[in-house]
Amino acid sequence: MGNTQKLKRIIATDCGSTTTKSILIEYVDGEYRQTVRGEAPTTVEKPLNDVTRGVVNAVTELEELARLKYNDDSIKFIKDQAIWLSDKEGEGVDAYVSTSSAGGGLQMMVTGVVAKMTGESAERAALGAGAIVMDLIASNDKRANYEKIERIRQLRPDMILMAGGVDGGTTKHVAELAELVGAADPKPRLGSSYKLPVIYAGNTKAQDIIKETLGNKTDLIITENIRPVLERENLGPARDKIHDLFMEHVMAQAPGYNKLMSWTKGPINGKMTNIPIMPTPAAVGNIMQTIAKINDIEVLGVDIGGATTDVFSVFTEDKVFNRTVSANLGMSYSISNVLATAGLANILRWVPFDIDESELLNMIKNKMIRPTTIPQKLEELVLEQAIAKEALRYAFIQHKEFAVGLKGGQKKREIADAFAQTASGASIVDMMTLDLLVGSGGVMSHAPRRNQSVMMLIDAFLPEGITKLAVDSIFMMPQLGVLAEISEKAATEVFEKDCLIYLGSCVAPVGAMKPGKIALIAKLELPNGEVFEESIPFGEVRLIPCGVGETAKATLKPGKGLNIGAGKNQEISCDLHGGVVGIVLDTRGRQPFVLPVDASQRVPLLKKWMKEFDVYPEEIL
Amino acid sequence: MAQAYSPGLTVTKSIVLKKDRILPLKGKVLVKKGDKVKAEDVVAETLLPGKVVPFNLANKLGVPAEMLGQYLKVKAGDELKKGQVMAETNGFFGFFKTSIKSPLDGEIENISKLTGQMLLREPKIPIQVKAFIDGLVVEVVKEEGVIIENKSAYIQGIFGLSGERSGEIKMLASTPDEIIDPSKIDDSCKDKVIVCGALVSYAAIKKAQKVGVSGIISGGIDDKDLKKLLGYNIGVAITGHEEIGLTIVITEGFGVIKMAKSCFELLKSFEGHKASIHGITQIRAGVMRPEIIIPIEFKKEELKVEEAKMATLEIGTTIRVIRQPNFGLIGKVTGLPEKLTKVESETMVRILEAKLENGEKVTIPRANVEVIED
Repeated sequence: MGNTQKLKRIIATDCGSTTTKSILIEYVDGEYRQTVRGEAPTTVEKPLNDVTRGVVNAVTELEELARLKYNDDSIKFIKDQAIWLSDKEGEGVDAYVSTSSAGGGLQMMVTGVVAKMTGESAERAALGAGAIVMDLIASNDKRANYEKIERIRQLRPDMILMAGGVDGGTTKHVAELAELVGAADPKPRLGSSYKLPVIYAGNTKAQDIIKETLGNKTDLIITENIRPVLERENLGPARDKIHDLFMEHVMAQAPGYNKLMSWTKGPINGKMTNIPIMPTPAAVGNIMQTIAKINDIEVLGVDIGGATTDVFSVFTEDKVFNRTVSANLGMSYSISNVLATAGLANILRWVPFDIDESELLNMIKNKMIRPTTIPQKLEELVLEQAIAKEALRYAFIQHKEFAVGLKGGQKKREIADAFAQTASGASIVDMMTLDLLVGSGGVMSHAPRRNQSVMMLIDAFLPEGITKLAVDSIFMMPQLGVLAEISEKAATEVFEKDCLIYLGSCVAPVGAMKPGKIALIAKLELPNGEVFEESIPFGEVRLIPCGVGETAKATLKPGKGLNIGAGKNQEISCDLHGGVVGIVLDTRGRQPFVLPVDASQRVPLLKKWMKEFDVYPEEIL
Repeated sequence: MAQAYSPGLTVTKSIVLKKDRILPLKGKVLVKKGDKVKAEDVVAETLLPGKVVPFNLANKLGVPAEMLGQYLKVKAGDELKKGQVMAETNGFFGFFKTSIKSPLDGEIENISKLTGQMLLREPKIPIQVKAFIDGLVVEVVKEEGVIIENKSAYIQGIFGLSGERSGEIKMLASTPDEIIDPSKIDDSCKDKVIVCGALVSYAAIKKAQKVGVSGIISGGIDDKDLKKLLGYNIGVAITGHEEIGLTIVITEGFGVIKMAKSCFELLKSFEGHKASIHGITQIRAGVMRPEIIIPIEFKKEELKVEEAKMATLEIGTTIRVIRQPNFGLIGKVTGLPEKLTKVESETMVRILEAKLENGEKVTIPRANVEVIED
């Protein structure tokens, strides 16, 4: 971007379903830094019914904090109840960008001929574009046709993505699906003044039939086949169409968004240009893929929000990107559903004290109906983090099931593959090869102690071997994802310096043994000259301080039958990266990781681990 | 920060209300602009299209889809009677004919020459929309419904169950913190909207169902009782469709919570008046909260809807604590420090200082209060 030198002050917001978060990015001493942040409740609900009110509130907070920071009362970002974009030096801001997941985000329905093949590709395209997939309707999904029609009618999605058939393949099934959609005559969720957008990205041979069946009833858009041959996916064109429609149709219907869309502007090639509002998850996905590519690593990221939990991953040498949304796992609107999904016992197994069951149930429901409140009491914080672990765990299970290799294609198998017994359709998520695990979302980024984020990540995801851990400092990945649209330089600089906070590394041998037996013989030469050396028994954790940007030279030998990445019983010598928390040696076992069911055995263990992790003040443990 | 927005629930003696009463599909509007309507009046009605039943005609007939046309006895759009012949093969010299009869009364939506599939539609289902509130029809949305306005005393609940109902208000609790005994609910409560205090128990709800109470208004409800009542745990807060024979509106939250004084006093002052209530709650996208609407006398020229105001936090503002500790207590803001402050959970947050109704001085995260308009 040739004109980034003109960008001195940028405001970026993310309108979430609960909170609108704003950040200020400034060009200081030759580099872009994120300097101030603010937030306010999102205002898409009555009585305000206008998303821009929350944006103005969040930016007003920025303005006030910037005035305090620079002790300069003339700083002004808001003028006439709108964000003040000005090209005059020192006045207003130079650019404003935003992402959004308010109003329930982008809700889609997808169709495919075979659920596990074209159906899955359609689902991947929609999820990658930042949508929540309400349902996948496939010719072979075992529901009777009338049930499918009823379902389509009930759902009222924002748009439908139809896939099906490889190019030149069957047209009959695709035609039948189009007939079902036509018969259901679905109405868009927001308003009845426009036709429902339907994107067709299936067999090119069936395009005419689709036009005939759906051309009049829906706002039909035809694009390239997302699965032209079984062996290859072509998700890009469909994703782009979804983004265009998200702006034109869905966002334009949500309260206040027309106004907001007229505010998001930045200079492109020296001209102030409208910058489209991006769905939040799409922006986060952009950033995740960038990290994986720049550093050539495998990355797993999670964003736990109020309503939903998104998991993103980039695995394998080909850097295959996957995103899943667990639509009903979250920390506020959906908190009660975490309880319904995981069950009370699974939540309580992470709690190191007794609590009255009805009190806990009422607390969870109260959080659901007043989603913007935050835990003031320590006990409530511990409970919320226990719930978060379960929400993350379930979201990850769903992700592993979805992030699989392409099914149905002919795969060239080599002798090594035959020995490895890898089937097409197996999960590509491998915790042993994973390099970096990133957590974000309120409960993760705003945890009072970073040690809490470490423990939540480890307990929920159970990383194996050696894994670096990080959190998004104040949850600004979405804003940076959209900021890259006007200035990649600003986005990457801020990302590296202010966004990711490295927590440290986790070393976890895979396998199980009897408690007390030696699970890991570790020798760590720390940068300050100290040496940590211990034969750690099974069932323990150790936390060794090692700061950000520092590394420890480590020799790690797993106990008998255990593996830390080089194979069973194999020793590893490597550099372990530090972080704000440090290096965790976790010998509590993997595959399986087992917590005692009996509270009298479990609670002392939890307390011991929590003390070692230094997660909570002593008085509660 | 001098001001902060804190969304609170509305409790007011008088408000001009506007209610859209719109059909799910186009239909017929039964009233006209300027008409005075009662809550029970039907204002619009329509016929919902019946269920679609796919029927593989070509298959049943044993002919290829592209040849189906020559055997058809019906066409798309035709009305059908159960047993009516829809297609017939010629057979040999008029014998061994295969005829396919309609499995239902209804109409033909579509016949596909490509797949040989027929889409049949069952008869239409009548749907009616009632006025829900006593008021004046101020606008007719052609073929869709009406907009009704009135002046009402109005309370927004925090959570509710079941749909729209109306009834006369009857106070069962004499103070906002009373937990009423089920024995208080007797035949005199039939068709009434009863006001409980700090909690409505499972036993009380069962009794209310038995005597035919129309609605229950209560400060709190216990989650365990809710699960027992519904038979399932509510995962995501989308309610209003429960078929439990009465409507429940919770004004404060889960557990034993004293009903807000303003809310209790307002209901008390309208004892004997008719109220329209619903429990429809949606805490995600397009938030909806339960409502208690008590129509009051008005002149047409009074019907001016005021623009929504933003609740602001200032020194002296009355607030209610909406999370532990001190959940449910009322207080007055005494300070609004700008710097982030560490609270017991060690979270760094923006806080406010307040003096509670019990005299205690406290600091509370700003996110954990709501503004109460005096």
